[in-house]
Amino acid sequence: MKWFKRRKKLQPPEERKTVPDGLWQKCKGCGEILYRKELERNDFVCNNCGYHFRIGSREYIRILLDDGKLIEQDTDISAADPLRFDGYLKKIKEIKEKTGLNEAVATGEGKIGGFEVEFAAMDFSFVGGSMGSVVGEKVKRAILRAIEKEIPLIIVSTSGGARMQEGILSLMQMAKTGSALAELEKARIPYISILLDPTMAGVMASFSSIGDIIISEPGALLGFAGPRVIEQTIKQKLPEGFQRAPFFLEHGFVDTVVERKELKNTVTKILRFFLKKNGKM
Amino acid sequence: MFGFILDFERPIVELEKKIEELKMLADAEHFEVKDEIQRLNKKAEHLRENIYSRLTRWQRVQLARHPDRPYTLDYIKYLITDFIELHGDRLFRDDPSIIAGIGKFRDRSIVIVGQQKGRTTKERIRRNYGMPHPEGYRKALRIMKTGAKFGIPIVTIVDTPGAYPGIGAEERGQAEAIARNIKEISTLPVPILTIIIGEGGSGGALAIAIADRILIMENAIYSVISPEGCASILWRDAAKSPQAAEALKLTSKDLLELGVIDGIIAEPPGGAHRDKEGAAALIAEEIDKFLNETEDYNTDKLIRERLDKFYRMGVFSSNG
Ligand SMILES: [Zn+2]
Repeated sequence: MKWFKRRKKLQPPEERKTVPDGLWQKCKGCGEILYRKELERNDFVCNNCGYHFRIGSREYIRILLDDGKLIEQDTDISAADPLRFDGYLKKIKEIKEKTGLNEAVATGEGKIGGFEVEFAAMDFSFVGGSMGSVVGEKVKRAILRAIEKEIPLIIVSTSGGARMQEGILSLMQMAKTGSALAELEKARIPYISILLDPTMAGVMASFSSIGDIIISEPGALLGFAGPRVIEQTIKQKLPEGFQRAPFFLEHGFVDTVVERKELKNTVTKILRFFLKKNGKM
Repeated sequence: MFGFILDFERPIVELEKKIEELKMLADAEHFEVKDEIQRLNKKAEHLRENIYSRLTRWQRVQLARHPDRPYTLDYIKYLITDFIELHGDRLFRDDPSIIAGIGKFRDRSIVIVGQQKGRTTKERIRRNYGMPHPEGYRKALRIMKTGAKFGIPIVTIVDTPGAYPGIGAEERGQAEAIARNIKEISTLPVPILTIIIGEGGSGGALAIAIADRILIMENAIYSVISPEGCASILWRDAAKSPQAAEALKLTSKDLLELGVIDGIIAEPPGGAHRDKEGAAALIAEEIDKFLNETEDYNTDKLIRERLDKFYRMGVFSSNG
């Protein structure tokens, strides 16, 4: 399980920030120089070519939830260091300060198109969106709250996989979240999974790839093993577009690919479908 | 008798050879060397104890991967009667990396599923070194569901470096197959026992390791990433795998302390590969115990306790 692999040719290190900053921004899709204010107004999608810049959990809360409002839960739990893994807590502390986030996922209740939902959004800028005990616990609790409150669950995923620094306990978060989804299914609570660039490995192989409806943003890298690991294993170059959203769609593992500006509209339609009458399931 | 020998095994193996030679000499010459043999046996025992109690985590990794270690099919041969292997996921193909089948364990019906590494080069290639494709996991789930449908307990045997990272595996949804197994197995209405016999390689292991009781062989490992993978991420140097193995806490003892397994199955002196039948006998006792204890299971309680067990796993601080 690779929690995050740097993919040199796909994502130069200097461009790995979650939200681009500076006055101007060069588009990675078409090379056009974009005015940042304009880019921001367009939810960080290039007006010229439609390239979707990577953005963070706060941006998705703003884009998807009514009034951009999330009643966040479980902000009081944070990473411990069960393995006494060299440098782990220091790294967490630095990332917390740098990003202002408290973990790789924010969870809680909000509304989408007037419908109450249990909502979770991951953030790739927090240790590559990796799932350790905190992410697993928060996602599990979100799933169980959706059951308790009988409201739909929406998870926006982006992750390099399990968090290596928590070792086997990270792997067990796959079991924890996956099992909770079995309970969700039994309770017949709708689950919409939204996949961002990238969603891989332990997160994809637990809760992200099992939704009643699975939506991907265009251009997202999706799969189990990272491209570099595959290339090293099979000792050949991967074809263009391998593991990208259209590939995933073509092979039948995502229901639909939706542009960021249409995301809220699409989710609202789906919620309207599930909540047949009077907002009841 | 002595196949592949790891460095730290050599002193023990050499002493054992000496004992064997002495025994043969004694037989041939009608020599009375009982005392000497007894003395050497004691010495060998101490040596084993000394070496094995001080193994580093990296040495345990080597033991877990030992090419002479008993594999799933060895245990099936020793433990299961009337075994019938069942093939295919009914969707794409049969994946030889995973064995699935039905049979009897001491007159009880059981379903058995496990990864299989190959013993010879040819077989290793055919079995893809025990690294399943999605169709392997789908086959495993299919047969486990057959067991669940008829109220038959399931035993899964874990021994894999990991799920295969390849083009076909991605095209056919490796992540989805693993995710689905985790979710579906977590609420199967029959008792499930998992035994990790060698390598528990990440998600590829977990996909058949959702169980009411998870046991691990003394010299087996279970990890989120291989020490080699961890070392190349941390230090860009696979040669630092021994340090990575230390950091990952992947031995049976570590796993028990971290609360992710329910028990350790002791191995015969020198490890399971030195006495396959002996190892099988020790496993048999655990299967027997599990089947006895879960004989009159209540389905709801069984599933509830299984879910709650995984819900509890993880360590975090709660003060913000
Ligand atoms: Zn562009």
